[in-house]
Amino acid sequence: MRNKRSPLASTIRQNPGFYGAIIMLLVLYLVYNMLHPRGFSAAVLIQNSNESVAIVFLAMAQTVPVLLGGLDLSVGAIMTLTNCVASVVVNGSPPQIIVGMIITLATGTAFGLMNGLIVVYGRLQPIIATLATGAIAVGLALFIRPAPGGNVDDDISWALTNDLYELVDTYGWFDADAAWFAPISWFPVPLLIVVVIAFGVWLPFKRTVTGRTIYAIGSAEGAAYMSGLNLNRAKIAAFTLAGFFAGCAGLYLAIQTSSGNADITQAGAYTLNSIAAVVVGGTSLLGGMGGAIGSMVGALILRVISFYFRIVSIDPLLQPLVEGVVLLLAVSLGAFRTLRVKNQLNLFR
Amino acid sequence: MTADHPIVQLSGVSKHFSGTRALEGVDFACFGGAIHGILGENGAGKSTLIKIISGVLQPDSGEMRVNDAPVSFSNPTQAVASGIVCIFQELSLVPDLSVADNISLSSPPRRFGLIDPRAQRRRAEKLLARIKCEDIDPNALVRELSLSRRQMVEIAKALGKDPKVLILDEATSALTSRDVETVYELLADLKAQNVASLFISHRMHEIEQLCDTLSVFRNGQHIQTFPKGTHSDGEIVRLMIGREVDAQYPPRPAPAPRPEHLRIEDLAWENQLNGINLSIGKGEIVGLGGLDGQGQKELLLGLFGVLRGMSGRVSIAGKPCRPKSPAEAKQGALRIALVPEDRKTEGLMLAMSIADNLMAASYDRVSDGPFINAAKAKRAVEDGIAKLRIKLGSPEDPVATLSGGNQQKVVIAKWLMTDPDVILLNDPTRGIDVGTKQEIYRLMRDLADQGKTILLYSSDYAELIGCCDRVMVMYDGEIVASLSGDAITEEAIVAASLNVSDTQTMPGLPHA
Repeated sequence: MRNKRSPLASTIRQNPGFYGAIIMLLVLYLVYNMLHPRGFSAAVLIQNSNESVAIVFLAMAQTVPVLLGGLDLSVGAIMTLTNCVASVVVNGSPPQIIVGMIITLATGTAFGLMNGLIVVYGRLQPIIATLATGAIAVGLALFIRPAPGGNVDDDISWALTNDLYELVDTYGWFDADAAWFAPISWFPVPLLIVVVIAFGVWLPFKRTVTGRTIYAIGSAEGAAYMSGLNLNRAKIAAFTLAGFFAGCAGLYLAIQTSSGNADITQAGAYTLNSIAAVVVGGTSLLGGMGGAIGSMVGALILRVISFYFRIVSIDPLLQPLVEGVVLLLAVSLGAFRTLRVKNQLNLFR
Repeated sequence: MTADHPIVQLSGVSKHFSGTRALEGVDFACFGGAIHGILGENGAGKSTLIKIISGVLQPDSGEMRVNDAPVSFSNPTQAVASGIVCIFQELSLVPDLSVADNISLSSPPRRFGLIDPRAQRRRAEKLLARIKCEDIDPNALVRELSLSRRQMVEIAKALGKDPKVLILDEATSALTSRDVETVYELLADLKAQNVASLFISHRMHEIEQLCDTLSVFRNGQHIQTFPKGTHSDGEIVRLMIGREVDAQYPPRPAPAPRPEHLRIEDLAWENQLNGINLSIGKGEIVGLGGLDGQGQKELLLGLFGVLRGMSGRVSIAGKPCRPKSPAEAKQGALRIALVPEDRKTEGLMLAMSIADNLMAASYDRVSDGPFINAAKAKRAVEDGIAKLRIKLGSPEDPVATLSGGNQQKVVIAKWLMTDPDVILLNDPTRGIDVGTKQEIYRLMRDLADQGKTILLYSSDYAELIGCCDRVMVMYDGEIVASLSGDAITEEAIVAASLNVSDTQTMPGLPHA
């Protein structure tokens, strides 16, 4: 330890899972584009981004409770609920649309806040508390939208699910054909939304005392308490933030599909996939290690793997089986580090 | 006692835990510019006292005043706000965060409301420099550090809270000698700044060297407070345990040729063990000395099958010994037992019962096929409790309810129940009371007399001198000196630990 490592070297050494996941994603997506008949085109990128936004947000949502050392089984259900809310309120004049979006996100955030209050003041295990509140969220969603449908403003659907050119062109903010705009006009809006939320919400949050308290709780709750940190506030904040991210997922799903659908099966599947994405992205299920950016990468890896089924011909009946095997392989990559541990006692720390 | 007004004053403070008395009507005061030692056996109420002062526990009755104003802390944060900072025995560091994060955990430097990593790092560097730990990288994660380094980080963290009263609860138990010196200097500095230090340690000589005022606790009561030097060691020990103690260490038998049992040749692992050669006979106690982190712990772990990729040869009773895991090490012809360093994580399952903990290593002896035989289990548990005289309510109580000394006895009893031939002990008396320590010393000698082979690592030199037939001093993964008989002296061990060439440390030469 005499030679101080540079901060960058430290972070790479301390987060091998995260950097491994980034490399894996780049390799997988590169190969995918090489195999794809229309690979490396903006159209493919836009389509892929559209299909990834919901699970990416949900994986980020799941990350925060997992960092505490808990699991949130309600993230998929909150997404379904906010999806249905959005399908009712996101239309009308532009100010009305903005208010509708705020209402949608506030619904998810409020639901997360409720989860946090129940976990902290009800003294319940997160996994069981959110199993119950998740069922409540789906129940509310069914109440709002007994049958799939709804009308989301067409302009916003079109503008937010295409490239920057279409966004600018739809609302006529400036001349979309301007020369300076050309180099970036191909960039997919959904990708931009994800990046803005991830870097604009998660990274600053991680640098607050509350954010760091979440890591401290997952790593050693006793030490966090003895250091005089506010544990209850951090736990409530964690679930609230999870609710907000799940709300982002629901809102985008509504915009993407132009409708709301209280689909119970979909809510459950999304929740389980969010946990898988968190693990693939290098966050420890024991808490204290990892982050939402890693989960974003993890979710993208899972999505890219499923894209492969479109270009590689596999019997649809075999698809779940292959998906399961691939997921198992992806998760076991993280276990390789244990092969390098020479002191077996360190495996249990 | 210089000042007229104590910084912290307790009057008539009592605390009970589910019927048992932890503190009873305690009056206690500590003054600025004093280093105040608190003495007492485990379970005497020292920990409860400092937990009340530092806001972790609330007293059932009685009053506490800080600077003459009555206070009642409901959590440690409020105590810190009043300038009372405690360095706990159970470290309060978060393993997955960096050293810099940990030092400024509760009130980091901020810019625009967000934590400023650069200011935080500078602050960590400054505080670490103050305790001469420039070698600790502020970017390293706490879990990458050794126990002694973590303890220094803990001290830096406490210093950063600008204490008026600094409480050190066994804060030097895992430190190296060099760090202990640094802590002494630091306490002298703080004393000059009129800070009050409360110092709890089981190492008598530390208290003697450091403290100017001593308070003795016994059975939840404050027995006596007196300036240093007014009572002899014997009197203090008598006050602590309320009875006379005879010789601290059992007599060492005359050196005799012993049949070799454990033989280690050219053992190497990573860069922490660099060619260890050692032979231990049946019935012999061999001590491992040296500064902390010179490979002593790795040697014990390696013999017990925990380390992968070791090179060299180990044989037990002439047969090669290469366990791949503790499960293999304890079985068959090897019969090795290891009492690990950290009893709270590696020694015990804290939430499980005393009985389950006792049987954890020897379930095969109390089972018929896959099922545990209740009668055999009961007999084995009773046997283990009796053999080590463990003080407990019921064997079904969680082991966490026992005092530190009794917990350690459970760990030792657990391994004795496997009937081992080779017993490896990693600092078995760290943080336990004088009475239990003496029982452990006697037990070790008894086991050796029964023909067991014992390898002991201890960070307390007095223990190595008092207990061992031979002492191997390690430095940088090698044995640099082998001392036996009268040549085992503090000077010889210290000189060899620092790897200074000195004729006194050469094996075989009589000590002047």
